[in-house]
Amino acid sequence: MAMTTQHVPSFEAALTDDGEDPVRTIERTGKSRNPLRNFVPPFLMFLVFLGIWYAYSGLRYDIAAQRINALPFPHEVIRDGFLPLWDENNGLRPALGYLWVTLIGTLTGLGVSIVLGVMIAVVMNLSKSAERAIFPYAVVAQTVPILAILPLLTQVFGEKFMVRLVVIVLIAIFPVITNTLFGLQSADRLHHDLFTLNKASRWTRLWKLELPGAVPALMTGVRIASGGAVIGAVVADFFFTRGEKGIGFFIRVKQQRASERPEMFMGTILASMFGVVMFLVIGYITNRAIRNWHDSARDRT
Amino acid sequence: MMTDPGTAAPTSGSGAPRLKFQNVSMVFPDGTHALDDVSFNVAPGEFVTVVGPSGCGKSTLLRIASGLTPHTSGVCEVDRGSIGYVFQDATLLPWRTVQRNVELNAELHGMPKAERQAKATDAIKLVNLVGHEKKFPKQLSGGMKMRTSLARSLVLNPKVFLFDEPFGALDEITREFLNDELIRLFQHEQFAGLFITHSISEAVFLSTRVLVMSARPGRIIGDYQVPFGADRPHDLRFDPAFAELCGRISNDLKDAH
Repeated sequence: MAMTTQHVPSFEAALTDDGEDPVRTIERTGKSRNPLRNFVPPFLMFLVFLGIWYAYSGLRYDIAAQRINALPFPHEVIRDGFLPLWDENNGLRPALGYLWVTLIGTLTGLGVSIVLGVMIAVVMNLSKSAERAIFPYAVVAQTVPILAILPLLTQVFGEKFMVRLVVIVLIAIFPVITNTLFGLQSADRLHHDLFTLNKASRWTRLWKLELPGAVPALMTGVRIASGGAVIGAVVADFFFTRGEKGIGFFIRVKQQRASERPEMFMGTILASMFGVVMFLVIGYITNRAIRNWHDSARDRT
Repeated sequence: MMTDPGTAAPTSGSGAPRLKFQNVSMVFPDGTHALDDVSFNVAPGEFVTVVGPSGCGKSTLLRIASGLTPHTSGVCEVDRGSIGYVFQDATLLPWRTVQRNVELNAELHGMPKAERQAKATDAIKLVNLVGHEKKFPKQLSGGMKMRTSLARSLVLNPKVFLFDEPFGALDEITREFLNDELIRLFQHEQFAGLFITHSISEAVFLSTRVLVMSARPGRIIGDYQVPFGADRPHDLRFDPAFAELCGRISNDLKDAH
């Protein structure tokens, strides 16, 4: 056995007896060795962004000579928005209460979208006519301007939790359906032959071949949907006045008085960060779930 | 020829054919005439290889034998209750470990868990993959993937084993190594083997009988009993008789176009 590479762990070398280098030995090294490389570019971009913000705020400040319509400076957002950290009525703490409501709404909506979306995709995958019947309406759910149908939704679903949920699901379900369907339909033809040869039932085929194979695509759909779900939750807060209110409501209220504008910014930043965190968490879960077998999953740092 | 015809008799003839082609023809709905009047039998302990130019309908032959594609005329009788099928590609499920992939066919046939696990363990031993059970296909070399695929079929102890150019994508060293292993498996299991390849030396090395197929529509234009015994040592490939037989098949194939 002529294993020449030194990088092959002895375990591998001992057992790989057909003379090929297992793919495993191509370890992903280098590139991210220097952590600075990963952080410096986005940090510089952040400084540029802050610079523009300061410049613009300054401009508005000069022109108006008073702070009524002005954009608060970043340090004001931190001082007046975030820093009253644990005050009952000001700063971060009340905002976090609203964010919690948004979190519950978003997660519920996303969960419903995943369950319902996967079920719809499965039905569409089972029958071509079902696919043709459902697909146009899935597209409509995605393309209809959500604000345009909010009054209609109010008539049907009221103004509380239910209607918020519907708004979120309307936005989030489309990427789940399309990506899952794509995943289900991309099962390898030879794998299907293999299942046919072993007389697998339609159900077995779905459970053991199509669904597991669709997980990466499904998770991509969920990742896209998570952004939409946050948007849906915030939009609903802007429109519906009843029921438990989320961070969108907080932002809307804090916009009204100039003195409270730093808090509005704080709310905006919180909502954005929430979206980013959702995105990252779902990415992490996906990576954990499929890193053993799927090429898209890399050991990221 | 160096080989004594007395010892040349292949290990065939032990029992009724498990795979029977009688005047089988195949015309695809688009009019492609893939197979024309193909007849041959494969008995237990026989290993028949079909060589032919690419696109000659060899794979179609195998798909008909397995029942994946219905043929258009003639009779094809196969004991499909216990069929092994090895594809051109290892067709492993990437989300399953080697162990779980090897269990797959048995699992689809409803074999109880404990039994299929034990059988998979045996099959993994048989293809020399012990120690790799917990790996995922992504971590395996091409040869190791193919052995996993072989093991997956072995678990069901197939009476008929169909091979669709399984080693075509592997490098020559790996291919010869797996040929040696396949000979060993064949001696161990005594299935009826039908093997498709475009490598003449692989065909001669593995088989008890080689059929040569013409370009489309595929017809059998050559039929050779391979005069070597059941033992096929690695260096049989350098035997003049081996080269001579390869040469004759090669000549047939020259006319096949």
